[in-house]
Amino acid sequence: MRLGYYPGCSLHATARDFDESFRAVAGPLGIDLVEIEDWACCGATAAHNTNRLLSIALPARTLALAQEQGFDAVLAPCAACYNRLATARHAMEQDPELKEQIVGILKRPAFTNQVRVISVVELLRDMAATIKEKVVQPLADMKVACYYGCLLVRPHEVTGFDDDEDPRSMEEVVKATGASPVMWEKRLECCGGGFSLSRTASVVRLGRAILEDARKAGAQVMVLACPMCHNNLDFRQKAISKYREEPVGMPILYVTELLGLALGLAPRDLGLHRHYVSPQPVIEQVAAATRSLAGGEQPAALPAPPREEA
Amino acid sequence: MARIGVFVCHCGENISRTVDTAAVAQALGEMPGVAHSTDYKYMCSDPGQSLIQAAIAEQKLDGVVVAACSPHMHEKTFRRAAANAGLNPFLCEMANIREQCSWIHDDREAATAKAIDLVRMIVEKVKHNQPLQPIHIPVTRRALVIGGGIAGIQAALDIADGGCEVVLVEKEPSIGGHMSQLSETFPTLDCSQCILTPRMVEVYQHPRIKLLSYSEVESLEGFIGNFKVTIRQKARFVDESKCNGCGDCTKKCPQKKIPSEFDAGLGTRTAIFVPFPQAVPNIPVIDRANCLLFKGRAKGKKKDVCGICARTCTRGAIDYDQEDRLVTEEVGAIVVATGYQLYTIGKIQPKEYLRGYGEYGYGEIPDVIDGLQFERLASASGPTAGEIRRPSDGKVPKTVVFLQCIGSRDPAKGIEYCSKICCMYVAKHTMLYQHKVHDGQAVVFFMDVRAGGKGYDEFTRRAMNEGALYLRGRVSKMYRDGEVIKVVGYDTLSGEQIVLDADMVVLATAMMPQLGIESLAQTLSVSYDQYGFINEAHPKLRPVETNTAGVFVAGACQAPRDIPDSVAMASAAASKILSLFSNAELSREPMVAHVNPATCTGCFHCERVCHFGAIQRKEVRDRQGNLIKVIAEVNEGVCQGCGTCQATCPSKSIELAGFTDAQVFSAINAIFA
Repeated sequence: MRLGYYPGCSLHATARDFDESFRAVAGPLGIDLVEIEDWACCGATAAHNTNRLLSIALPARTLALAQEQGFDAVLAPCAACYNRLATARHAMEQDPELKEQIVGILKRPAFTNQVRVISVVELLRDMAATIKEKVVQPLADMKVACYYGCLLVRPHEVTGFDDDEDPRSMEEVVKATGASPVMWEKRLECCGGGFSLSRTASVVRLGRAILEDARKAGAQVMVLACPMCHNNLDFRQKAISKYREEPVGMPILYVTELLGLALGLAPRDLGLHRHYVSPQPVIEQVAAATRSLAGGEQPAALPAPPREEA
Repeated sequence: MARIGVFVCHCGENISRTVDTAAVAQALGEMPGVAHSTDYKYMCSDPGQSLIQAAIAEQKLDGVVVAACSPHMHEKTFRRAAANAGLNPFLCEMANIREQCSWIHDDREAATAKAIDLVRMIVEKVKHNQPLQPIHIPVTRRALVIGGGIAGIQAALDIADGGCEVVLVEKEPSIGGHMSQLSETFPTLDCSQCILTPRMVEVYQHPRIKLLSYSEVESLEGFIGNFKVTIRQKARFVDESKCNGCGDCTKKCPQKKIPSEFDAGLGTRTAIFVPFPQAVPNIPVIDRANCLLFKGRAKGKKKDVCGICARTCTRGAIDYDQEDRLVTEEVGAIVVATGYQLYTIGKIQPKEYLRGYGEYGYGEIPDVIDGLQFERLASASGPTAGEIRRPSDGKVPKTVVFLQCIGSRDPAKGIEYCSKICCMYVAKHTMLYQHKVHDGQAVVFFMDVRAGGKGYDEFTRRAMNEGALYLRGRVSKMYRDGEVIKVVGYDTLSGEQIVLDADMVVLATAMMPQLGIESLAQTLSVSYDQYGFINEAHPKLRPVETNTAGVFVAGACQAPRDIPDSVAMASAAASKILSLFSNAELSREPMVAHVNPATCTGCFHCERVCHFGAIQRKEVRDRQGNLIKVIAEVNEGVCQGCGTCQATCPSKSIELAGFTDAQVFSAINAIFA
């Protein structure tokens, strides 16, 4: 499967671990990721807050490039990038006049707006059967909270791959790894998004509610597929824990990282050493499960990862 | 040479404003075969009709063309006028120069030219018209009513009281429908069962009503006045002629924990059961899927495992070997009154276009229930004997949240229509609840309060005055938090996000047609909309007729309906049927297809394309009785005159009276002449 890869700015920076882990699992799953040449910013929040035309034209340029480079589909791991690309495609599909206007702006008359936009979760959900086959270290007994946030499945008419009010696709991916998804309430709550810097207190308050609810549901680890959510729940977890008697201590993994562990990949190759909240308990649990599978032998592939301080 | 009269109408200014009617009359007057041509201001008026009749007599006309409005409007008027002047009415036709010409064009010159063409076409057609005679069909004065809810009961009683026999078919073990499950009814708060059960008994005791409960329509043949319907009487395993309804068998049945359909899953029943104490007929039925004996037999056990009910019955009415029976009934008209079911709330939906509300936790949180379940909780005959107690722990809920428009008015969930009755029944629920739990608080989340109907708005206002808190907005999700249900919603009037602690939540789900209605509709050849609601023949003027003659519709199978609407429709359908039955035979327009037996090759393409099942097979034999061929024959009672067979027939052996190839092609040729 050959996919046009759109890492966006975050996967080259704060979410390098998402990029590394996705590239790492792509191989074993037979996904051929080819980075779209000359891709540009998706516009993020800034564009659609200021100029709608710009917010469509920026992602449309990337879609046009993908078409020129022969891709049927663009994969955007970052939930915000995915949402902007999918929104642009949907808007142009709904409004042929807008599409013509964009074609004029881009000066790319051949652009047909046929390239599909897919998210990591949608891709992996559709590959659940393959994942099950490829899993070498089933994450049995691991209780996982799947966190969707706001952008991944909303709005329904744009994303369309799952129920926007009660999604289950990430749970299906987690089940394919052998782990057990827990059902909890704040799976779709806002993490504070881009207010991480400007209204940190709000972000901390929202993040605390999300993490405490996941804890209450018995989760040992949280998985997600959005760099912004990861930042607000992983990096900000220290602040979130500040007024608690003890730290929350919830490892926050990209869904690709959890999948990578199940596929037997080395934690360092998955970028797990880049986290602020140590994923060590998860790694150790996987190692223990593997030892019992292998009859007590310590596998060499799992050295303890060095941890970068905040 | 034909002697055709052309009469061009001005329709006040409607036609003459854009069409030069005098020029049309003059141009047509010069056409070969036209003996008389004139124009007049209002041709449909009395003097206008007299003008036509006088011309027929004076000019000895053998055909009339009225160039005026659509034939839908006045064809009958002008045909009657022609008939009164002694002309066969089917030699009179209309050319539509209003809807299809003057109303839609601005250019007077071009419109006049077009009008001339339109009239010339019809003149050429009329030259080939043949005098036709109306068809007479005998009528069986007996009606079939499908569905024994309030609509079916009302229709059956009205028809039977009118002196005609009725066969009432109900698929459940008892008649009564959803109305028998309701506690009290809006807007008067009178007890549902108290007003319904006497009507049910009346049905049972009526000398002219034959009740077939636990039965379903299997197939239908025939046409208006002459239907032959096959009904499957499902095996009850209880002999109706022996059972006296004592109920001993149901008391002794060891299978006691089966969720009761009548109590919407909140109560339990036995495997041999009567759905509710007032059931009609009061005869139990064995639920094979849950009966120990039948489960044993299904597993192939040689010896029967149970059999307690048969041993208990003193009258020997239990018959484990009973089988489904097919009975045939002959009827002249049919009422479809199959009612509704509620929208399914959960994620698993019965139809592809529907989506559920996974976020409301229905099915996972026991105290999130639907409207019908609340009716059972509030009903004196319900599982709590009318006390409002929540399903999870039997506690009296102190805060009950009601959510309106669940499923309905939400294209994202698949149903765009308003379910119409929910605003009213939610208002009723809040009152029933607060009347029974005095310190209880009812909270309603609504989109709009739609209370159109006599005494309806007053009723919803009363609910608000009696203390129900109405919040305008939707609920995004609900989840369990200890003993309470957290209801997360948004009040659009105050602009505030709201999180309420509810003890119980009631979802006002949309009405949908019964599952399987599509196959029934296909059996009856009636059309239905994208949701499965039966289509009426005309939304305003023929609200209880369907597109199949002789088949009528009543109640919630046509659209969401409350009790008064359903009863009104049922009475309307009954009166339509009684007027149909008031004649010994039916007369209908002779626009039906005819087969030329000499040229028909028996390919039966016509049979495959006929939507109405009007094509029959007929054997042609020589004098010695040897079979020569099998050809098509049209059942004149069933044929709707659509002409599809005529267009399909490869050997041109089938023609629609009034629209023969000669007529249609002459009309077409007239434009190119």
